[in-house]
Amino acid sequence: MSPSSSPLEPFQENLPHRHRRGTFWQWVFFSATVIGIFFLSALLLNILDGTLGYVALEARRPPATLAVNGIPLEELPKEELIRILQTYLSASAFNKLNDEKPFEERSRANVYDLVIARVVKYEVVESWSLWESLTRSAEIRAQVAEEFPQAELRFVSWLTLETIRRPQSSEAVNAGVRTAILGSLWTIAITILVAFPLGVGAAIYLEEYARDDWLNRLIRTNINNLAGVPSIIYGILGLAIFVRALERLTSGAIFGLVDPTTANGRTVLSAGLTLALLVLPLIIINAQEAIRAVPQSLRKASLGIGATKWQTIWSHVLPNALPGILTGTILAISRAIGETAPLVVVGASTAISFDPTSPFSKFTTLPIQIYQWTSRPQGEWRHLAAAAILILLTLLLSLNATAIVLRNRFTKRF
Amino acid sequence: MMRKRNGVGANGYPVRKERLHKRTRIGEVVIQSLLFFAGFFSIFTTLGIVYELGKESLLFFRTPAVRLWDFLTGTAWQPHINQFGILPLVTSTFITSAIAMSIAIPLGLAAAIYLSEYASSKVRKTLKPILEILAGIPTIVYGYFALMFVTPLLRSIFGQDVVEIYNMASGGLVMGILILPLVASMSEDALNAVPRALREAAYGLGATRLEVALKIVVPAALSGIAAAIIVGISRAVGETMIVAVAVGAGPNFTFNPFRGAETMTGHIVRISGGDLSYDSIDYNSIFAIGLMLFFITLTLNIISQRIVRRFREVYE
Repeated sequence: MSPSSSPLEPFQENLPHRHRRGTFWQWVFFSATVIGIFFLSALLLNILDGTLGYVALEARRPPATLAVNGIPLEELPKEELIRILQTYLSASAFNKLNDEKPFEERSRANVYDLVIARVVKYEVVESWSLWESLTRSAEIRAQVAEEFPQAELRFVSWLTLETIRRPQSSEAVNAGVRTAILGSLWTIAITILVAFPLGVGAAIYLEEYARDDWLNRLIRTNINNLAGVPSIIYGILGLAIFVRALERLTSGAIFGLVDPTTANGRTVLSAGLTLALLVLPLIIINAQEAIRAVPQSLRKASLGIGATKWQTIWSHVLPNALPGILTGTILAISRAIGETAPLVVVGASTAISFDPTSPFSKFTTLPIQIYQWTSRPQGEWRHLAAAAILILLTLLLSLNATAIVLRNRFTKRF
Repeated sequence: MMRKRNGVGANGYPVRKERLHKRTRIGEVVIQSLLFFAGFFSIFTTLGIVYELGKESLLFFRTPAVRLWDFLTGTAWQPHINQFGILPLVTSTFITSAIAMSIAIPLGLAAAIYLSEYASSKVRKTLKPILEILAGIPTIVYGYFALMFVTPLLRSIFGQDVVEIYNMASGGLVMGILILPLVASMSEDALNAVPRALREAAYGLGATRLEVALKIVVPAALSGIAAAIIVGISRAVGETMIVAVAVGAGPNFTFNPFRGAETMTGHIVRISGGDLSYDSIDYNSIFAIGLMLFFITLTLNIISQRIVRRFREVYE
């Protein structure tokens, strides 16, 4: 039978068209996936673009004017540098520096840094992104020469070790994220201390003890619903309960640490507790899955040789579920580290430059610092925000990598 | 412990006879009650949310300046002259969410279909983690991206006069990127759960890959996909930092996506960012807005769970 007279003829005539359509849509689906990845790269490039670039710095007292007997500032001996400090700083400021650490004990480099920070005092007058710096270099030079004849043009990275080490400051060139990083660590420590035992306990109860009655069904549904509540609602809850109603506890007044009349509940403790409520449902759900994955035969074997229920859970179920529980907890914690909105509502301080020292300290966190800096209209703060974002992303990426390694190395397959 | 005297068994080994009955062990009971408390704790969280939001909202609506009807239908939110109409906040929440979903639904679904139906397992193993990274980036970073990249881009395309510096379009677009991986990942799970036999049957009848994907697999996974979309919407409504950074700093009753406005979440963040005094009407108003937000997202989440439960096709 020749193909032309086949009953399949209409089918085959249609075939090329159907295949063309298939190929077309395959490309559409593929490009949708690629677009997602494109956005990720655009986002990362945009942040890198903000971290590097030209800045025009104008000095309050240009270094050239500080030269002594024709010797430029950079080559002056330590004694001359100390004399400069003495001349230009007020007596009290000079003595304060001396009290912190006597000048005789300071190195020359340290004194030189002091001269730059306190006497020369660079200020950012204009800044450019990396892309602008690379493509319009000549234009930028011309603009600086014309508009700010005093200014010095430098190519800088906003992310340096100094950025991590320095506390918050009112000048962009001196500002750093140390206060914010410490604030984040304190907050997260409290979150973990509260949420981990509560979350794992709840998961054990739901998986090992709870019977299928209305109360436990209610608890389960409730946890699922809580996981979908927007984070800002937790912030409002934290504001009403931890900051306001429990002010005496969260400010430390109850322990006699602060004067009750000036007590303020906007502390690390309130923030940590708020974030603990936020991540609790996530930890429970992840831990439940990990516990469920432990095979029933292990429990039966343990019970069969006479172990009690808790002995079974403690010695057999938990050790086997631990990698899964830890992975889920790390993921929940990395969510908490990046949270901004609830902490703004709970009242993270925006402009503090001293490090938090106890759960009752005022605080700021890394994402809040980024929010503050991004909201300022001047360009230099946004460059700092980009640098802080890189630090935050590095932190989160290493946490997530740990979670993946844990999952791959220690998860047992039964 | 009562123990009978040790005797000697029939086979000559010593046997310890114990009374075999279930004894209440205090330790076990204490541990079980502690665990129950941990499990029950989440109920307190919910009660706390409902109680606090309700109490402060009640105070808000008791204020003479506030009337419930004006709250729900008023088109101006200006607390300093006692105008509390929530519509400007609701419309901008709705517009940014709509823009976000118009990006996230088509792209997320297409990516899910590609990953589940077309991609080889090697490709899937590389692409899926990348999409998950996208979902793990803190939202404040997206806010920075919206303000520093998308807004300048929109302004250079549509003109500086048309697009304001703070605008709903850029916030909405970036929110779409944020929700894309969520929709993609949940939909992909739903598509993967469709049994292989259905696909093989369709191939056996001569269907192309596209026809199998669109006419067999997607309809079979529809309940999971719908749930993914609704969870995405609920996420968009509750999203805060992107809109706080990129959308604007003042309530504005407008439907123009290129203008600045303030969403419910953005308003709460701005008001509470300053030092808020506990007895002010501003303080009470964030609870009223929060209550509204809580109900919207709760309803969406419940609908999504219902859809999954009721319309799920069960294959065995």
